[in-house]
Amino acid sequence: MAESRTATVRSGFGVTMRRDAWWVELIPVVVILGAFTVYATWRTFENNYYEFGPYLSPFYSPLIKPKWWPLSPAILILWAPLGFRATCYYYRKAYYRAFFLDPPGCAVGESHPHRYSGETRFPFILQNLHRYFLYVAIVFLFILWYDAIAAFWFPSATGKHFGIGIGSLVLLVNIILLTGYTLSCHSLRHIVGGNVDCFSCVVAGGPRHGAWRGVSFLNERHMLFAWLSLISVGLADLYVRLVASGAIADLRLL
Amino acid sequence: MPDATFKIFRGDRDGGELYEYKVPIAPGMVVLDALHYIQAHDAPDLAVRWNCKAGKCGSCSAEVNGRPRLTCKTRLDALPLDQPITVQPMKSFPVLKDLVTDVSWNYRVNKKIPPFTPRPNVEWKMDQREVDRVQEFRKCIECFLCQNVCHVLRDHEKQEQFGGPRFFVRIAGLEMHPLDGLSRTELLKEELGIGLCNITKCCTEVCPEDIHITDNAIIPLKERVVDDFYDPVRWFLRKLSGKKH
Repeated sequence: MAESRTATVRSGFGVTMRRDAWWVELIPVVVILGAFTVYATWRTFENNYYEFGPYLSPFYSPLIKPKWWPLSPAILILWAPLGFRATCYYYRKAYYRAFFLDPPGCAVGESHPHRYSGETRFPFILQNLHRYFLYVAIVFLFILWYDAIAAFWFPSATGKHFGIGIGSLVLLVNIILLTGYTLSCHSLRHIVGGNVDCFSCVVAGGPRHGAWRGVSFLNERHMLFAWLSLISVGLADLYVRLVASGAIADLRLL
Repeated sequence: MPDATFKIFRGDRDGGELYEYKVPIAPGMVVLDALHYIQAHDAPDLAVRWNCKAGKCGSCSAEVNGRPRLTCKTRLDALPLDQPITVQPMKSFPVLKDLVTDVSWNYRVNKKIPPFTPRPNVEWKMDQREVDRVQEFRKCIECFLCQNVCHVLRDHEKQEQFGGPRFFVRIAGLEMHPLDGLSRTELLKEELGIGLCNITKCCTEVCPEDIHITDNAIIPLKERVVDDFYDPVRWFLRKLSGKKH
């Protein structure tokens, strides 16, 4: 601004007149997102214990093991869900606040001065490609639904027969939450109808408005789905690892 | 009747400090009532901008205990009265006197936005579901609390490159208007710097009209900017068809 401003509120990192514990909301983000990142990185490179009976860990699905690839197959596929979450509008808010402290909280001072270009320069300008990660995530949804259904068909001497194990339910809950997370995406909301100004003027305006309303309903819960699905995908992988490594036995309900 | 202690900024653009005042509490009292009490009894020269005292004119914006609020909608019974209540002017704007700031920068930004421009020969008829979507944006009372709390303006002082949430709300109302025929995506990207917004949602948190600024205005506008400037497939299709948007 051209005019000089009076220092009514001092500037500087963490400086604020707020009385509430504004920093508390950063703690679960740092803990959960940080723990997930460490765990997922370890599991990606572990390259073991990702299959048990009909169960396949979501970290390794689809399981692609080309002969020319000497490392963990998870590396070949995890860029897609990682990119989808990293460019997600909700997670952006979460990690810009909790990890980049830009800002650490509303009306809370930042480290000053520092260069700020928002999402206008590399690497953050790549956030604009979120919709492409969405397209890939939708393909992954189909694959993980296949895995979840396949987790109810247990191998036997005569072929495969229907059954229910704890792992079947874990993978089913996981894919339901992942579906909620993907279908509540802001980019999907734009693509299915948000980009339309006049629903009564375009082809299939009625269905597009209906789709936009449906995604909008889910979108209001995007944060909830983001956290629940993050936790569920981590727990689903952990469960498969525990049964595959023999640490626990898979309890069969049917 | 117990007293509440207020610490109120007194000063101008050259500087100032917090002054302490005692105010007797009455049931249903809001911070603006306390400011009026102080004007009437202790400091007749205390500058406060206000008008409707009903949360509709957007005049009495300030920072109460460090949080951007309308003073007319901030009840004393919602504040901890065992400590002094601080009232300061909005940090992102130059102080004129005491709690009154110069918000004229906002009006200069507003002038950059092309107004509603109907499509040629458009039929003046709108579907209710299309009206419903843009109605939310018309609730804005221009209190500028969102502009004040936005860290792009408040901490990074990008006023020359950034329009701020209030004007993204206005543009969203125009861009999504079913009869409007203008595209403002280039303005959003180049002049109003929507890419500087890193969607940390503080604007939404402080909006007294409960407008979902980030989810319903800024992110949809960012997606429209992606459509026109960052989506390689759309860029290729536009090249093939020869269309600009």
